[in-house]
Amino acid sequence: MEELDHLTTVVQEALGPDLITAKLDRDELTIETYAGSIVRVLTILRDHPRCLFRLLLDICGVDYPDDHKRFRVVYHLLSIQLNLRIRVKVALVEGMEIPSVTGVFNAANWYERETYDLYGIRFSDHLDLRRLLTDYEFDGHPLRKDFPLTGYVEVAYNGEKKKVVYNPVSLPQDFRNFDYLSPWEGMLHKKNPVPGDEKAKA
Amino acid sequence: MSDKKTYTLNFGPQHPATHGVLRLLLDLDGEVVEKADPHIGFLHRGTEKLIEYKTYLQALPYFDRLDYVAPMNQEHAYILAVEKLLNLDVPRRGQYIRVLFSELGRITNHLLNITTFAMDVGAITPLLYGFEEREKIMEFYERVCGARLHAAYVRPGGVHQDMTPDLIADIYQFTQTFPKVVDDIEELLTENRIFKQRTVDIGVISAQDALDWGFTGPVLRASGLPWDLRKSQPYEVYDELDFDIPTGKFGDCYDRYLVRMAEIRQSVKLVQQCIEKMPTGPVVTDDRKITPPPRTEMKHSMESLIHHFKLYTEGFHVPAGEVYTAVEAPKGEFGVYLISDDSNRPYRCKIRAPGFAFLQATDYLCRGHMLADVTAIVGSLDIVFGEIDR
Repeated sequence: MEELDHLTTVVQEALGPDLITAKLDRDELTIETYAGSIVRVLTILRDHPRCLFRLLLDICGVDYPDDHKRFRVVYHLLSIQLNLRIRVKVALVEGMEIPSVTGVFNAANWYERETYDLYGIRFSDHLDLRRLLTDYEFDGHPLRKDFPLTGYVEVAYNGEKKKVVYNPVSLPQDFRNFDYLSPWEGMLHKKNPVPGDEKAKA
Repeated sequence: MSDKKTYTLNFGPQHPATHGVLRLLLDLDGEVVEKADPHIGFLHRGTEKLIEYKTYLQALPYFDRLDYVAPMNQEHAYILAVEKLLNLDVPRRGQYIRVLFSELGRITNHLLNITTFAMDVGAITPLLYGFEEREKIMEFYERVCGARLHAAYVRPGGVHQDMTPDLIADIYQFTQTFPKVVDDIEELLTENRIFKQRTVDIGVISAQDALDWGFTGPVLRASGLPWDLRKSQPYEVYDELDFDIPTGKFGDCYDRYLVRMAEIRQSVKLVQQCIEKMPTGPVVTDDRKITPPPRTEMKHSMESLIHHFKLYTEGFHVPAGEVYTAVEAPKGEFGVYLISDDSNRPYRCKIRAPGFAFLQATDYLCRGHMLADVTAIVGSLDIVFGEIDR
């Protein structure tokens, strides 16, 4: 898409050293930036006359437990004037904070609370960084890859105490994580080739 | 006079006017709202986490359970993401059927919203009219996929089954009689003195603020911005269909109602056009690595049987990458951000629900209004907790 190529150059010029990479994939533009410069980057993207990304659609976290910079915070922006979208990514080491962008977009408030809730990524200068989706006094960050699908606790009504109590989760049947990947088929074998496979094409 | 005291009122989570399980902590000065703090998450089911543990096809039904008022629109966004990653084409008839049911979904959604909104501000008759029509649309859903609500009908590469000619004829018949009911509802509400007193100039938001709060869909259009993904970034066959984007002027509750009412009429028009223009042919791609073979073929073809078995156990693999796709769901932009890692399960699936953005602006919209206006505002935002809490 021509407009996206054009936008890429505009963004590269406007952001300068704050831009790490800009990548076009499947007609979507993804730029990467540093945690420290996220407020500046989003302000430029919002106000630059050739960007005008006025609509912050989404903020979410992604967890890559094997990477040194374990978390990504992903921002999705939309420009109504240009009719284009952009994705801004920031990589974070576990425990690192990222400045809040609530000052740039009001909409960021709950999205940041949600990201904090589900991934434990802290947003500095967020005025009200409480949990959003999980239960009051919930422990843990459920969307991290090392958080089990079944969780650690379950709730039940206790007749003696006359209130709802938390119990450790008990499964009548063990949680089964089916692995249907067959060793002799599927795209994965590009990554882990079976010995002798290369002969098939010879 | 006594000292000014702020009274904190706990509104919900079990209150019919909260449209689900919203808990609002309202700080009141007399009857005037000083601060509204919505607490959400009472319907949090961890959909995004669950999807990471399911194959691409198994993840599909979770999308019906998000905004359960218009299930197929959600499926559509997810399937578009999967198709974009797979680089898959959809046959024309499949695209038309998707659009047809998306628009029927828009009608059901708006019928539910307008009528319950009217009930929140005191009018009960529209609800009785509207739900009768919703029931008919549910029956169309049932006839096409076997389920009234949780359709799981939109599949990678097309839709699950073709529509029967009977069903097409009945839907067409419905589009002939349905506008009369819209007229009836409109007659009861649009010029209704009480309804206007309760909604005009309530919960006003300007176009600039609406953008800043991340609003999309009818709520944004009611503030005067003609932004609709069906026009601006057309998907499927929307660019071949003729429809208008209704907009409001003042961005208040009444305008939101008017925009939705006008959208119902546009959707009816779209459904008719879909039926008229719908070509014959397959409804789903015949790539057997993605879509299962027909049952008859499995009876005599070993290869079909293998395909069927592999698709329903291992599922298909999706090349690594990340996409964000969005559809104009009845409530606004419903987006799916999907990250795949070359395996048969999504690595991450973030669901962008339009209602989430609306609800976080409750505080902004309610401030300075009376307590009774809170229900009007919440009702006009079209909030469904399935998609907000996920």
